[in-house]
Amino acid sequence: MSDVTKTTLTRAELIEVYHQMVLIRRFEEKCKELYNARKIGGVYLHLYNGQEATGVGAIKALKPTDHVITAYRDHGIAIAKGADVKRLMAEMFGKRTGVSGGKGGSMHLADVNVRMWGGYAIVGGHLPLAAGIALKSKYNDDGEVVLCFIGDGATNNGYFHEALNLSAVWDLPVVWLIENNLYGMGTPVEVSSGQPELHKRAIAYGMKDFGRVDGMDFFAVYEVAQQAVEYARTSGPVLIEAITYRYEGHGVSDRIYMKRVEEMQTFQQRDPLVVMESKLRAMFPDIEPELAQVEPSVAAIVEEAVRFAEESPTPTAEDLTRNVYA
Amino acid sequence: MAEKNIPMREALRAALREEMIRDERVFVMGQEVGAWDGTHKVTRGFLDEFGARRVRDTPISEMAIAGAAVGAAMAGLRPVAEIMTINFAFLAFDALINHAAKVRYMFDGQFKVPMVVRAATGWGNQATATHSHTPEPIFAHFPGMYLGCPATPADAKGMLKAAIRDDNPVLFTEVIALYPKPGPVPDDPDFVLPIGKGDIKRAGEDVTIVTYGRGVEWSLDAAETLAREGVSCEVIDVRWLRPLDLPLIFQSFKKTNRCVIVEESLPFYSFGSEIAAQLQEHMFDYMDAPIKRVSAMDVPLPYAKEIELMALPDAHKVVAAVKEII
Repeated sequence: MSDVTKTTLTRAELIEVYHQMVLIRRFEEKCKELYNARKIGGVYLHLYNGQEATGVGAIKALKPTDHVITAYRDHGIAIAKGADVKRLMAEMFGKRTGVSGGKGGSMHLADVNVRMWGGYAIVGGHLPLAAGIALKSKYNDDGEVVLCFIGDGATNNGYFHEALNLSAVWDLPVVWLIENNLYGMGTPVEVSSGQPELHKRAIAYGMKDFGRVDGMDFFAVYEVAQQAVEYARTSGPVLIEAITYRYEGHGVSDRIYMKRVEEMQTFQQRDPLVVMESKLRAMFPDIEPELAQVEPSVAAIVEEAVRFAEESPTPTAEDLTRNVYA
Repeated sequence: MAEKNIPMREALRAALREEMIRDERVFVMGQEVGAWDGTHKVTRGFLDEFGARRVRDTPISEMAIAGAAVGAAMAGLRPVAEIMTINFAFLAFDALINHAAKVRYMFDGQFKVPMVVRAATGWGNQATATHSHTPEPIFAHFPGMYLGCPATPADAKGMLKAAIRDDNPVLFTEVIALYPKPGPVPDDPDFVLPIGKGDIKRAGEDVTIVTYGRGVEWSLDAAETLAREGVSCEVIDVRWLRPLDLPLIFQSFKKTNRCVIVEESLPFYSFGSEIAAQLQEHMFDYMDAPIKRVSAMDVPLPYAKEIELMALPDAHKVVAAVKEII
C-alpha cells in the first residue's frame, strides 16, 4: 500500500486526477448506453471502467512531451493523455470531427497533438511501434519516454517477446506496463500463461522489473510509474504489472459469467474511484465541497461531447479516399 | 553526368550511402547489416562509416524489425529496414499490412510512415520451397504501401533513392540473381527515378510484354530471339507493382493489340491476373488476341535441379507464349 502522505502532488492536482478518473468512468458509461442505443456502431466496444487508476496513475507520471501508445481498450488512455473529449466522442459516432476523422473508430483513437500514438487492435501489434517511437528518442537523445500499455493477453504472442527483447538490446526508453485485468477475452491469465506473474518476464530480457502494483489504487500506480519513467529515461526499458479489473466483458456485448460477478464484487470494494475518494478525504478533511463539484462538472463535459458528436457531420466520399497515401 | 559500370548490389549500396549522407534521419536496421556487412553486402562498410547509431544490427525478429521501423517512421526518422529475404517477410506481414500500410489512413493523416523495407527476392538455385518465394503481388494487394522491384543497377539506384525520399512506406524487393549483374549507373547523388513510373526497356510494334524484376531479363532475351524471326516485341518493365503505371501499359497495348505478361511469381491471383483484368476492362476494343501469362508453375519449388527448372519461367517460355498470339 502506498503512503499517500509522501505524494508530491498538490491538492489541486489531486482533484484534477480524481476529476479525470470520474470523467473516464462516466464517458465509458455513456458510450455503453449509446452503443446499446445503436448510436455508436462497430462490432466491439472495449470499455475501460474499472481500470481508471492504472491509466491515469501511469500517465500522470509522464511529462507532456512523453509518449503513450496502447491497444484497443483505449478510450480511458486517450482521455488521461489529454485528448479532446468532444473529438473522442465524435470518433465513437464515426463523425468527421473525430480524432481519427471517423475512420478509426473506438479501437483507433490517436491524438498526435498530445502524443497519444493511438489504440491498436491487433493484439501485441503496437509493441514494436512503441519500440520504434522510443528509438527516435534514443536516436535524437531527446530524453523522451514511451509508455506502452499492454493487455495481459498480449504477453503470449510473438510481438511481446520480439519488442521487449529489442528494447532491451537497444536500451530503449520504454515503460512496458502490463494491465493485467485477469482475462484475455474470456481466458484467465493462469490458463494462458506458464508464468502468471507476468512482470517476471522481465528477467528473460535482462530488463528492470518493477514488480506488481495495485492497479486499483491511483497512488500506488503513480508512485511506481514515477520511478519507472525516470529509470527508463536514463537507463533503458522497464516492465511493470498492474493488477486491475474490467467491469464489462471483453467488449460490452460479451456475457459476464457468474464466477465473474462474484469476483467483480471483491474488486468493486476497491473501486478506483472509491479508493481515491477515501484517500482524498483522509488527506484533506475539508475537501468535500471540491469533491461535490466533480460529478456535475463531468456530466456537463460528457453531455457537451455527445451534443458535439451528434451535431457533427459524417465523413464524405472525399474522406473515404483521403490519407491512404501521404 | 558520369556513370560507372557496377553490379546492382553496388548500385543499391551507393543509393543507401548517399541518402544516409544526405539526410541524418535515414538509418539502416536489420539482421547482419552491421558487423557482417549485410547478408547481400549492400551495407558493406556502413558500420565503420556511419557508426552503430545509424547502422543497427537486430535480433532475428522480423515482426519487431518491421514494427519498430513503423514506429520510428511515425516519430520522424526515416528507417531503411532490411529483411534478409522476402521469405522471412511473411513473419512481418502483420506489421507491414496492418500497421505500415494502414496507420496513416486509420488515424486520418495524423502520421506519415516514411520507411523502406528492403528484402531480397527470387526463386531458384535449389533454395527449396520455403526459400524460393517471389511474393510481390501479395504485398502489393493492400493500399497504403508502395512496392518496387528494380531490374537493372541504374533502376536500383534511382528507385531506392525515391523510396527513401518518399513519405510513404515502401516494400523494396531486390532479385537475388541480379545482385552481381553489372550495368551503367549514374554517379549523380540526385539520380532519382519517380515512384510509379514504368520504363520501356525495348521498343517494339507487334506484342507488348509486361514484366518486372527478373522477368525483364527473360523478356529481353525472348525479344531478341523473336526479332531474328521478324517479330517485334515491346518490353515494359513496370518497376513498381504499386503504384502501377497502367497508362504506359495501355499506351503500348493500343499500338500492339497483343500482350504477354511475364513474372517470376506464381500464377494464381497474380501480377499477370491483375494486368490481364485491367486490359480487358479498359482496352477491350484494342484487343486482337488472348492475353498470355508466363509465370512459375503452381507448385512449391522442389530441391532437385531438373524439376526445379521445369517449374520456373525462362526466355524460351516467353518466346513460346508470344508465338501463340501472333
